[in-house]
Amino acid sequence: MPFKLRLSRRELVCQQVVELVTDYLEGSLSRSDRRRFEAHLAGCPHCTEYLVQMRATIELTGSLTADDLPEPVQDEFIDLYRRWQAGGEPPG
Amino acid sequence: MARDDDDAELLARLRAGDEQAFVILVRRHHAAMLRLARGYVPSMAVAEEVVQDTWLGVLRGIAGFEGRSSVRTWLLRILVNRARTAGTRERRSVAIGHAEPAVDGSRFDETGHWAQPPEHWVEDADSRLDAAKLADRLRSAVGDLPGRQREVVTLRDIEGLTSEEVCSVLDISEGNQRVLLHRGRSRLRQALETEFGRA
Repeated sequence: MPFKLRLSRRELVCQQVVELVTDYLEGSLSRSDRRRFEAHLAGCPHCTEYLVQMRATIELTGSLTADDLPEPVQDEFIDLYRRWQAGGEPPG
Repeated sequence: MARDDDDAELLARLRAGDEQAFVILVRRHHAAMLRLARGYVPSMAVAEEVVQDTWLGVLRGIAGFEGRSSVRTWLLRILVNRARTAGTRERRSVAIGHAEPAVDGSRFDETGHWAQPPEHWVEDADSRLDAAKLADRLRSAVGDLPGRQREVVTLRDIEGLTSEEVCSVLDISEGNQRVLLHRGRSRLRQALETEFGRA
């Protein structure tokens, strides 16, 4: 990954924490970075709020349904299948 | 997963010439394919063409399915390849390596701490905010994401694929998948904050 935060052994600052949120949620932080991430959250209400917002964003995105999408028209696909078969194309 | 086994069974039936198996597969996967295709092409009509073309490709290539990925992953891979080719939408190819902060740098002080902390909106999302309006805003924010971010966010967060499946469908590494997911989700959060936040 070309773009990577350089994590010093010191405490994380907010600007680093917001870049680590996805790695944290994906479970891809090392154990020590995870500890530092959580230690920062424990003392920082703004970053805690930020994490809450990221979780809410993911949840809301997951609830998007494509209500504007039509259901497949079954006949259309039966027709597609039959045309394909009639075309004499062997499967594969 | 039971559903994957089921899909594999349907594919075997389809291979044997079972028309009904095709209809079930279409019904099961069509909506997700259409949603994904829509992100690449200018209209729903073109998206429908891409999906039809994909199903035809599935029928033609059914013997080539080796079962190394799930049926869904295989279907979406075919779809993405076709949709990319059909896509007339401007290619905004943001290089993976291009640093794009999750939050604009101006919101932090020189020590990297918040100068303008996140504005609140989550607690209002259920009450104050109109759910339909929220969904509209979010849907259009997803549509505005750069192509690769949109692909990853759509597959992961809307269609619910695992990170491994997304990597396989889009043919990208785990690390790149995570970077794209991070940037995409960060942009969506920012869009929601901009629209609904109050300090």
